[in-house]
Amino acid sequence: MPEVVAKKTSEHSFMQRIGKGVLYVILIGIAIIQLFPIYWLALFSLKNNYEIFNLSPLALPQELRFENYIKVWTEGNIATYFFNSIFYTVSAVILTILLASMVTFAITRLQWRGHKLVLGLFMLGLMIPIHSTLIPLFNTYTAIGLINHPLSLILSYTAFNMPVTIMILLGFYEALSHEIEEAAIIDGASIHQIFFRITLPMTAPVIATASIINMIYNWNEFVFVNTFISSDELKTLTVGIQNFIGQYSTDWGAIGATLMFSIIPILIIFLVLSDRIVEGIAAGSVKG
Amino acid sequence: MNRLKASKLDLLIYVGPALLLLLGIVYIPIVQTGYFGLMEWNGIGQKTFVGLENYLALLQDSKFWSSAYHSLILAGASIISLIFYLTISFVLASRIKGANLLRKIYLIPMLLASVAIAQLWMKIYNPSNGMLNMFLMKLGFENTPAWLGDANLALYAIIVPTIWQYAGFYILIYYAALKNVPESLVEAARIDGASSFQIALKIKLPLIMNVVKVTIVLAAVGSLKYFDLIYIMTGGGPSGSSEVMASYMYNTAFNKFDFGYGSAIGFFLLVICLVATFIIQRLTIADKDLY
Repeated sequence: MPEVVAKKTSEHSFMQRIGKGVLYVILIGIAIIQLFPIYWLALFSLKNNYEIFNLSPLALPQELRFENYIKVWTEGNIATYFFNSIFYTVSAVILTILLASMVTFAITRLQWRGHKLVLGLFMLGLMIPIHSTLIPLFNTYTAIGLINHPLSLILSYTAFNMPVTIMILLGFYEALSHEIEEAAIIDGASIHQIFFRITLPMTAPVIATASIINMIYNWNEFVFVNTFISSDELKTLTVGIQNFIGQYSTDWGAIGATLMFSIIPILIIFLVLSDRIVEGIAAGSVKG
Repeated sequence: MNRLKASKLDLLIYVGPALLLLLGIVYIPIVQTGYFGLMEWNGIGQKTFVGLENYLALLQDSKFWSSAYHSLILAGASIISLIFYLTISFVLASRIKGANLLRKIYLIPMLLASVAIAQLWMKIYNPSNGMLNMFLMKLGFENTPAWLGDANLALYAIIVPTIWQYAGFYILIYYAALKNVPESLVEAARIDGASSFQIALKIKLPLIMNVVKVTIVLAAVGSLKYFDLIYIMTGGGPSGSSEVMASYMYNTAFNKFDFGYGSAIGFFLLVICLVATFIIQRLTIADKDLY
């Protein structure tokens, strides 16, 4: 009797092992599909046109041609676009986090009647397609002179990222204990002292998560820049490389290097902060 | 509930700026979009009030309906691909080693700029020396297609990168939901002799159905708003074969300078997205007691 049982379990585990093996092959296969196009891009960014057009697409570069990177960085406006992207992204993230933290503080900690209505307004904002606002925004920004002005982007990014940022902050704020605030009140602290000295520092972890999500959205944004900015001096990397590629339509190595400039910062941040990114995307998933 | 007492000035300081931005940049513009839809206007000159003319013309515009149809195909493909994402999530969540690393790898394409994704896939689809056709030629195919230049293929050629791009996002959501299923329920079913497949289908799936429903509408709404890849990869062409509602709106307003008609399309898009939001809420409220 014990033998039979033993045989059954070993057969069972054998089948399970094959099953698991197949599953792993599939899962790793998908991982390869997800990464392969990026790997291919990195490969051709290091090749010249002869290698790209005549040799196998998967052949390693004959030598590592970093000259493509140097060429696009020095010849075009890539450096300008790059620093514009950083400037808009950072400004909008700071503004969004500060304003969203203040609203979330008011919604969750302060006593007033309209807090549910205001929260509802922000949450409904999650579902509004930016395309439906594009024509009036273009019209208004033209009228007040913000077309070709950094503020048109910074303000638009801030407004459109506010709902998702509040959503990420909200759960954290609701879980914060009220006791510290009460103690601070007894000690005679004002609301502003409580917010800036106690609440804001205590929410640092969720602020980090929300900032990263904001940063990724802003860094990659396309429609607003494409519509509001026409001056080369003010373009961001995403729109800048799009136009730049037009000029280099046949130099694949240069195109590859240009695209890698937009991808590398995100990949570095991903390697360092992947847990926070996963957390943030999960928390802000409604934005999709 | 021990909320702090706040004066009107405090509220103005904490809520005012954010609310002002939200109203000024999101809510007032959508009202204006509806209003501009009543105008004949080239974006620069005078606006002429034409009543419902644009909206009525929209209903008879075959280009608009074909763009709506393309949006619908995109939505259908996104929803079908959810089944694939869900299956992968079930496998990942079933105590597989390295699941955490894999789901992070899956996420990488979603973090990249749509411009980079679009350019990358345009290179993959390039008829003469793109990776795809070079691969097909190696396999012995001779008449390899001009993917994005072929009116019968362009839309489908764009659907592939969208599935690629969003895989990690949906897998992440499903994975998180599956990890929240109480282990005790799964154990109880196992003791009753249920197989892993039965547990997945009859216990875990119903428990995360709420999340699945939300992702269905997310995928649908996301598809209705879809723009970046299409605008960059084909511009809606060849001959309108990959035009979707958002790209039709953009091309009408910013390339043909018909801002009145573009506004009407934009308003239509808004209404559809809000209807879908309403559906999300109905679906999720109805099932709240499942948890």
